[in-house]
This record gives sequence, C-alpha cells and structure tokens, in this order.
Amino acid sequence: MKNFSELISAIEITNKTNAKIDALVNYFKVAPEKDKLWLISIFTGKRPPRPVKSNLMKQWAFEITKLPEWLFLESYSTVGDLGETIALILPDPTHKIDKPLHVWMRELIALKPKSEEEKKEYVLNAWAGLEMQERLIFNKLIGGSFRIGVSKKTLVNALSKLSGIDANQLMHSIIGNWDINKISFEDLINGSHINYDNSKPYPFFLAYALEKELPELGQPEEWQVEYKWDGIRGQIVKRNNEIYIWSRGEELVTEQFPEIVENISKLENDFVIDGEILALKDSAVLLFNDLQKRLNRKNITKKMLEEIPVGFYVYDLLEWNGEDYREKPLEERRRTLEQLLAKPFVSEQLKLSEVIQFKKWESLIDLRENARSINSEGLMLKQKKSGYHVGRKKGDWWKWKVDPLTIDAVMIYAQKGSGRRSSKYTDYTFAVKKGDGLVTVAKAYSGLTDVEITEISRWVNKNAIEKFGPVRTVKAELVFEIAFEGIAYSKRHKSGVALRFPRIKRWRKDKPVSEIDTIESVTALIEAQ
Amino acid sequence: MKFIKFTKKGIYCIPGKFYLDPWLPVDHAIISHGHADHSRSGNKHYFCHDDSKAILKHRLGADISIESMGYNQTRIINNVSVSFYPAGHVIGSVQIRLEYKGEVVVFTGDYKTQPDFITDPFESVKCHTFITESTFGLPIYNWKTELQLQEQLQNWVLQNQANNKTSVFLGYSLGKSQRIMSLIDGIDKVYVHTAINNLNNAISSSGIALPETTLLKQDFDKKDIQNKIIIMPPGLLGSRLLKRVPNAAVAICSGWMQIRGNRRWKAVDAGFAVSDHADWNGLLSAVKASEAEKVYVTHGSQATFSKYLNEIGIAAEELITDYGDEQLASEEKKDNSTANV
Ligand SMILES: [Zn+2]
Ligand SMILES: [Zn+2]
Repeated sequence: MKNFSELISAIEITNKTNAKIDALVNYFKVAPEKDKLWLISIFTGKRPPRPVKSNLMKQWAFEITKLPEWLFLESYSTVGDLGETIALILPDPTHKIDKPLHVWMRELIALKPKSEEEKKEYVLNAWAGLEMQERLIFNKLIGGSFRIGVSKKTLVNALSKLSGIDANQLMHSIIGNWDINKISFEDLINGSHINYDNSKPYPFFLAYALEKELPELGQPEEWQVEYKWDGIRGQIVKRNNEIYIWSRGEELVTEQFPEIVENISKLENDFVIDGEILALKDSAVLLFNDLQKRLNRKNITKKMLEEIPVGFYVYDLLEWNGEDYREKPLEERRRTLEQLLAKPFVSEQLKLSEVIQFKKWESLIDLRENARSINSEGLMLKQKKSGYHVGRKKGDWWKWKVDPLTIDAVMIYAQKGSGRRSSKYTDYTFAVKKGDGLVTVAKAYSGLTDVEITEISRWVNKNAIEKFGPVRTVKAELVFEIAFEGIAYSKRHKSGVALRFPRIKRWRKDKPVSEIDTIESVTALIEAQ
Repeated sequence: MKFIKFTKKGIYCIPGKFYLDPWLPVDHAIISHGHADHSRSGNKHYFCHDDSKAILKHRLGADISIESMGYNQTRIINNVSVSFYPAGHVIGSVQIRLEYKGEVVVFTGDYKTQPDFITDPFESVKCHTFITESTFGLPIYNWKTELQLQEQLQNWVLQNQANNKTSVFLGYSLGKSQRIMSLIDGIDKVYVHTAINNLNNAISSSGIALPETTLLKQDFDKKDIQNKIIIMPPGLLGSRLLKRVPNAAVAICSGWMQIRGNRRWKAVDAGFAVSDHADWNGLLSAVKASEAEKVYVTHGSQATFSKYLNEIGIAAEELITDYGDEQLASEEKKDNSTANV
C-alpha cells in the first residue's frame, strides 16, 4: 500500500489543486492496473458496502489501549475523525504488512459476510501490521470519507493530464456504468463503455458584479432582466434520448436529481439548456440550505423527494436539435426556449426564468431591494443582443446582488473545526438578547482570519464553562457582526427566525454585550424586507 | 502543599518570597526557560540556569538584573533550597526543585522526556508536589524517536533536492530551530533567518556548540540558496522574504502536526511532528516517576490530563496559568517585525 499511502500524504498536505493533480498523475504512472481502477472507484463514491461497523472498531480500540471511553471521545473531538483517532491512539506496530490496494479491497469485500470474531481478528492483525498513516488509510478503506479535497473534477483533470483525453469526456467515463472486474484502465479512460457525443457539455458563461450606474448601460429596452437565483448553476444536455446534468464545476450530477431528469424526458427535441437547480416547493423557491440537504447523498429517499423537491429554472439555450446556438443573440435564443417550454407542458418544477418587465431603470431599484422576500439574491441584467460567451466576460451580462443584512450578536458556544482546522475553535454559535436572557440566532464558521481564530481559541480555552465534549459553552462576552443574505420566520428555530447564509463579518472588539441586537430588532428585519 | 501559592501574578513561593515564571511583573522571578510565555519582561530580578542567561538577556535586554547557576548546585533563598534539573525542552530549560522544611515541590516549566541531539536530557526528580505542563496531554500524541525524525527530515530534504527545490523549515527561534539544525546537520548548507541567527549567537556565547549555519541575508542571492536548506520563524509564512526563496518547499515542525487537520490548516508542503514537549506517555511517565502525592496540571490539556490522573489513582488538580501559546506570544511578533525591516 506504500504507493497509495504516499499519494494520500502528498494530497492531504496541500491545498493547491495542481499539486494534487501532479501527485495523482505520478500515482497513475506507477500503480498496478487494478489499484488505479480502485482509486477511481473510491474517489467517485463507488465503494463496496462497509464490512465492519465503526462502533465495533471503536470498541476494539478501547480494548487494545485500555483507555476510558470519555478520554477516547475527548481525543476524537480534538482530531475530528474516527478513523484517524483510532490510528493515532493504537500502539506501535509489531509486524509489517505490505499489500497492494486492490488486495486490501478484495479482502475487505470478502470480510463483509464473516462473523464478528473473524472480522475482529482480521482488523486487529491489520492494525498491528501497519504504520500510523497506513492504519488511517486502512480504516478509511473500511468506510468513511478520505476528506483530502479530491473532487471528481480533480481526479478527471489528473486523468486528462496523464492521457491527453478531454476532461469532460473522462468525467462521463468515470461516472458512467463500469464494472471494476470487467474493464481495463485503458478502456475506462478511453471511454469504450460510453458515448461522449451524447453528454458533451459547453463551457458556462459567467457574469461579473455590476460596476456601473444603471443608466450607463444604455436603454432599458436593450436589456433582459431576470431574478438571480441561488441554487446550483447547471447545464442539461439531452441528445438521442439520453439526459445529462452538468454542474458549473463540470461534474456530472444527473443521478442526484431524478425529478429533473423525469421532467426533461417529457420534452421533445434534442437540446442543451443552461439554468439553475433549485429546491422548489408549491411554486416557491426554498432556501439554499434546503437544497443542500439533497446534495451528495448516496440514496435519495422518497421522503426527501417529497420534502425537498428539486426543480430547474431555465436561463438559456445553447444547442437546439444539434445546432450550436451560442452565437445567436439572446433574444432569439429566448424565443426558441419559449417554444420549447410552451404549453401544454409547463411544469412548476421546470420552467423559464421569468423576465422582469420594466420601462425605467429606477423601477429596478425596489425590485432588487425586495428580492430577498422571494429567496432571490438580486437581479441579472443581460444585453438582448449578447451571444453566450465562454467563461467570464465583462459587459454583456451583469449580476446585481442585494447587500447583506447584518446584526450584532454574542458568541455562546464554540466548537472545534473538523478536518483542516481541528485543533482550533472555528465554529461558533451566536445569540441575541431576548428579555433578560439570550436566544440562539445563528451558527457561523467563516469570515475570520487565522490570527483571530487562534486568539479566540485561546480565549475559549480559558473561558469555557464546561470542559469536556466537542462543544464548549463560553461566557457571553465576545461580540461579532453577523452578515446574512436573508431572514425569514421559522418554526423549527427556537428564536423563531432563520438566517440565510450567516457568516462572521467582523469581530466587534469595540462593542460590549449590552449593545447587541435584541430578538425584536432582528425580527423587525423581516418586516422591513 | 504548604509553601506554594497560586496567585494572579503566577506561582508564588511564600517563605522564599519569589515567583516561578510569573506572567505579571514581580520583584524576584525564577525562570524555567527562555520562551516568551515563561520569561516575561518587567521583573526586577531574574534567576535562571547558566545556559538560559544569555538567551534571556538577548530577549529581554542586556541591562536586566539576572543571576544564574548550573545543575548540581543549590541556592538557599529565605530558607528555601532551589536547584535546577534538566527539562529536555529547549537549550537552557530546567525543572525547578524547591525544598522547604523537608517538603519538595518540582515545577517542570515545559519539558520533553525523549532525548534529542541538542538539549540536556530530562531527569526525573522525586517530590511531594509536581507541577506539570500538559501541552500534548491526549493519548493521540505519540512521538517518533529522534532517529526516525532525523531520517524523515533528511529524506524530505534529499527528495526536495532531487526535485530542484529549496527546503524551508519553519520553527521558533528558541528551541525548534536548534533542534531542526541538529536533525539535518551534515546534509547540506543551512541558512538561518536573522532572528534565529541572533539567538544562536546568544546561545554560543555561553559556550554551547551548535551545528554550523549561515545567516540568510535580506538581499540573498537566489543562486546561492537554490536547493539548500533554510530555517525561519513561523511568522514568516506568507512573507515577501519567503516568497523570494526559489522553488521553496515549506515544512512546519510541531507536535500539532501529528493531526492531519493541522497539517492541512496552514497549507504548506509538509508537516513533521517534531515537538519540544512531552507526548502522552512522556507526561504519564514523568508524573509516575515523580512519585508525587499531589500533581498540579498547567497549560495544555489540563482538564483532561488531571481527570485521567485522578482516575488512575494519582491526586491531581488543574491549574489555570497564563502559559502556553509560545507559538503566538511576543516571540513570533518580534520575529515578524525583524523580518519586515
Ligand atoms: Zn517553552
Ligand atoms: Zn510552556
């Protein structure tokens, strides 16, 4: 497993995507054929079911180390990862096991139906034969995410660098249907099992933030204005009765959104459309937080589909019955789209992004201000004559987002980060005043500098009210300005309000707790919208 | 414990009328070692080990009132016998042993039980009361041996050289830098940052031999340092000076690097768990070897470690001090300001 272990070490340390890609390329150059296929399998989520429950592994680790459970949990909350905690607390290895990745995988698959005793014997023997890092990898092979920042896109870029094959084609190849026992590495990356012509996407056109006064844009009638939606930008490719959904990050996400696929399949013609994947319920757009609950799940339950139905708002048309439409003017593309999505079809879950009718620029000001009330994050301004460009280009498309809302709140809980910041307190819970007490309004974990996080961690260590477990209750003393994109009434929250995208704007060292917001002043923001 | 009191200025010896590593200014301070959080400025008189004297003067000013003594010596201060035992933490670091009317207290300052190539190795001292640090007081911290670390660091440098890269180690001026110097000694030319060079000069002035290094000049010639080794303080991560180093591969050496999340947090090229503090088993063995009736646990995992000691039958209590964070205390800021001139 030495190759694989070195690969993981090289990847986990760096946050530079190119360094990760180089490490992967080096691995693909030297690793055995079967190992390469397993690596692709593991990093695309195609993994065999977990052969050993994590609870058993924890139990066996207690037995070996004779540590009390609370101390193990304390260690776990510092490390933030069970497989790693176990790897760290076990005693030094007594012998050396060296097997390639695919042999480990074969053995782990064979382990699944065995008895608990047999599993224990196997796992304990492996633990005693591996160094710390290999032990960690072994625990991760059993189950759990590697969490080393290798997305499908990174993997595909590495394969592309290795082979010279187009990255999007490789994305289709690795996502497509293949059996590790029946395909060779060569055939897999050459895509012998897929037809890339059916899935090939176009690069997205991205807008810049508006940096002019509205009248400087010219006449209002030259512009198409729509709401800006905050979901996942997506491109749907339908050719020869095959349907593919690409995310803006150029990952294939088709399987995550079965209801979109179903709706698209009802349409005639071949086409490629650009739009937004959104959680849509009762004709309204839900918060991104809701959509998030649907992402990256292995199985989407019926309940999930009912609670958070996902739909698609169509922005643009890139290809129509085999013809590339990107150089045609927007108004023409729009007309064809209207035809595509014309009645009698029209579903609330698959529809055209509404065009806002306006005569004067001034009338857009209020619309933008009020965008939050429908969970939109502002407006999009598109020149009607514009083509669909590649990447970012200034001038033809602008996004005009609403300014964030802010409140001052006090920190009441702090929690250690997981993964890359696991030794520091990075996740905080904030409260505002309610009568004589406090009420939680938001959780946030971004927006501070490393230096501030270090300073706060130190403060938390000294001011924690109880000292065990992952969450520290702290003295209500540190005040922060919290920015957020929207606010709504919520029955699920104790405070009665839900903030959208809360983040720390700055640490208000200058403000005493007595001057933080009250729940009344926070609720007033909803009314003001 | 009859003659020690924990006050808001620090650990106070009542009959001796002196403090151990006080964090607020006092008249008489006995200092365990030269890290900024243990030896603060503003005290009227300092007393430390011979090997720390030049370091303290360098850090706190040549005009401070300071006295020192070696191991195997005893000084009686107001009927309290004071003696020093090696702590194995950094050059000049000691455990402070106090004896008064047959009662013995040992204050460890910071310590490391595992021997290295450069500091005097830790010695266990029996006592009634043991005041121990707990920086790495969780069972997840288990260090590699010095020989394993040597191999790890040297291999990394050689691999960098094979890839045409310059190896940059980040380590605090006092302690970590000298430790890194000793671990990579002999493979190639080692350049050190001004802050480290100044400290090395202070250490050498007390007659301690250090591995050979060269000062990294602010206006260094890129050709000279390509593929060589550089040591600089961690505060220089992201600095212009570091950016000028050609094809730099950057490594952090710290006990925190034992955890993957921490290795990734600074986004460097390598993280080595090289610590100047005792690991879990080191702390446990030191506590057990002291045979103390009562253990006070200071900075680090004090709550966890004292709870565990009580569970295994050793009476222990946590002690909130102002130590810790030598990483971010004044030392780093000072190094930074020197760097930006
Ligand atoms: Zn220290
Ligand atoms: Zn310390």
